[in-house]
Amino acid sequence: MKFYFMHLMPYADLDLSYDEKHNSAWVTLPNTYYDPKKGHQLYNRYLDELEYADQLGFDGICVNEHHSNAYGLMPIPGVMAGALARRTKNVKIAILGRALPLLNNPLTVAEEFAMVDNITGGRLIAGMVRGIGAEYHSWGVNPAFSHERFQEAHDLILQAWTQPGPSVFEGKHYNFDYVNVWPRVYQDNPHPPIWIPSQGSSETIEWAAHPDRKYTYLQTFASVSIVARYMKMYKDVAAGYGYEATEDQLGWSLPLYVAETDEIARREAKDHIEAFLQKFLRMPMEMLLPPGYTSVKSMVGAMSAKAGHAMKQTIDSVIEEGKFICGSPATVREKLEEYQAQIGFGHLLTLLQFGTLPAELTRKNMEIYSKEVMPYLRNVTARRTA
Amino acid sequence: MSFTESLETVTGTKIRLMRGGKGAPLLFLHGASGASRWLPFMEKLSETHEVIVPEHPGFGASDNPEWLDNISDLAFFYLDVLDHLGLDKVHLVGTSIGGWLAAEIAIRNETKLGSLTVVAPAGIRVKGIRKGDVFMWSPEETARNLFHDQAFAEAMLAAPPPSKEGMEILLRNKLTSAKLAWEPRFLNPDLHKWLHRISVPTLIVWGDDDKAMPVGYAPAWRDLIPNSRLEIIENCGHLPQIEKADRFVELVNGFIGEVTR
Repeated sequence: MKFYFMHLMPYADLDLSYDEKHNSAWVTLPNTYYDPKKGHQLYNRYLDELEYADQLGFDGICVNEHHSNAYGLMPIPGVMAGALARRTKNVKIAILGRALPLLNNPLTVAEEFAMVDNITGGRLIAGMVRGIGAEYHSWGVNPAFSHERFQEAHDLILQAWTQPGPSVFEGKHYNFDYVNVWPRVYQDNPHPPIWIPSQGSSETIEWAAHPDRKYTYLQTFASVSIVARYMKMYKDVAAGYGYEATEDQLGWSLPLYVAETDEIARREAKDHIEAFLQKFLRMPMEMLLPPGYTSVKSMVGAMSAKAGHAMKQTIDSVIEEGKFICGSPATVREKLEEYQAQIGFGHLLTLLQFGTLPAELTRKNMEIYSKEVMPYLRNVTARRTA
Repeated sequence: MSFTESLETVTGTKIRLMRGGKGAPLLFLHGASGASRWLPFMEKLSETHEVIVPEHPGFGASDNPEWLDNISDLAFFYLDVLDHLGLDKVHLVGTSIGGWLAAEIAIRNETKLGSLTVVAPAGIRVKGIRKGDVFMWSPEETARNLFHDQAFAEAMLAAPPPSKEGMEILLRNKLTSAKLAWEPRFLNPDLHKWLHRISVPTLIVWGDDDKAMPVGYAPAWRDLIPNSRLEIIENCGHLPQIEKADRFVELVNGFIGEVTR
């Protein structure tokens, strides 16, 4: 199993009383809530944290892409990856954007990823996502064409990476007479690993598990039962194609907090995870699920489950559901060992900073996790697969 | 209520049609919420016209064809519908997205049209006048913003939640509306250039308290279509055919009576 430190880079200095006046931290929250002086401090603190993960022995670090919100300050993740490329030495760098349908020219992604891959000598992991619903409002992109734009942009990028240029691309949304990206990717056998982060969708799983792709499916922020269900679905789809999915094809991303004891962990994490859940993630249905973002069938399901969505998430509810792992090293080890044995994921992406979690607690979390959780799990999973 | 329902296959695409009444043909083009029911204004119009109400491809019980990507596709499809139904001198009436569609049809080919009525149509931009963001409104905001008279909104909000099938239709309608109108929002940037080609008599109807398509758009339409007349209905929101059904029918009948005299 491999361990990654994932960052969202939230605007942790957000005035949390914003929700008395605004219904979301996305799309319409005025950017006057952002103070560039504080932002300057936060960006540099967060980059330090990602670099620290390299020293602590993580296998990888992850940046991501979100637009026009206080939840994550990485609209252009390549800027972060570029800064990290030179300051880290060993870790993989996963860019878990880019949100392909949001971009007018997907070749910019082919270029950006190839540059990071070249600078790092092949430490890039290439994420491809559709972006979240709110971003179709912010970016003025039609969600009704989200799926087809994703497919086409993906095909175009793959062509740019794997076919000698110049080549021709003839699509519905994108057309190029001279696909000829310089630089070529460093990992050219056949291309950098591709990860597909998703909130959970059978269409995405079927596509990622196809034998032509075998991409790593990454389940983001979901209860452990959902994680188990979707990963089983991936394995079943793979089996249907006549091959066995490996652990390398399955990843899970979730917030985690580990401290000296269960009690200390819960006390230290509470306000910060609840700020994440109740303030930074806050958005109405109309932002979260614009028309076409998911199929009509899944939408009907989501609308029927709306009562459940409306329930306020608290530290207790997310610990209970296994959406957030929190506790002493023993507790965290035990849960992760159990989930891993049961579900069989090979990549674990932990969000060790979330919401308003301050620098000193983030570092403490990273240190305890890397010293008392990671090595143990490395051993048990290595023993099991040996 | 006297109407019949049928499914028609037009150039390979199946659409659901409601029809009622006798007289000169009147083709009604619905807006974003579709046309699943025969409404009182349709019944009233059918006293003097043969009223034909299709559900656009992608809406309600009609097919959702592969070829449908934008308003232009839909406009050309309706030229096929006019041929298929053998309509001539038809009075084309469209509301909201349907009004936009009616104008898109007319700029392409108006030879089969007797007149054109557009009700709070989408499709053009007047800089500085912002359209309501129907894709961002909650169900409650939508109900409140569609009507001037909040009794209509209350009634809409008090209605029992739709069945699973009803919900599916709502979502399909919303999806097709997004396809047509998400970006640029309720706009064909080229439409305003060609509205001058419309020469059939045209009636423009607008509610004075329209929060979806503000009444500030009305004079722009009047100025862009040469042979047009503008009627503004007082104390009325985005759906005059519902909120002021009698006045709406009176205006449409009066206008058609005038132009066919």
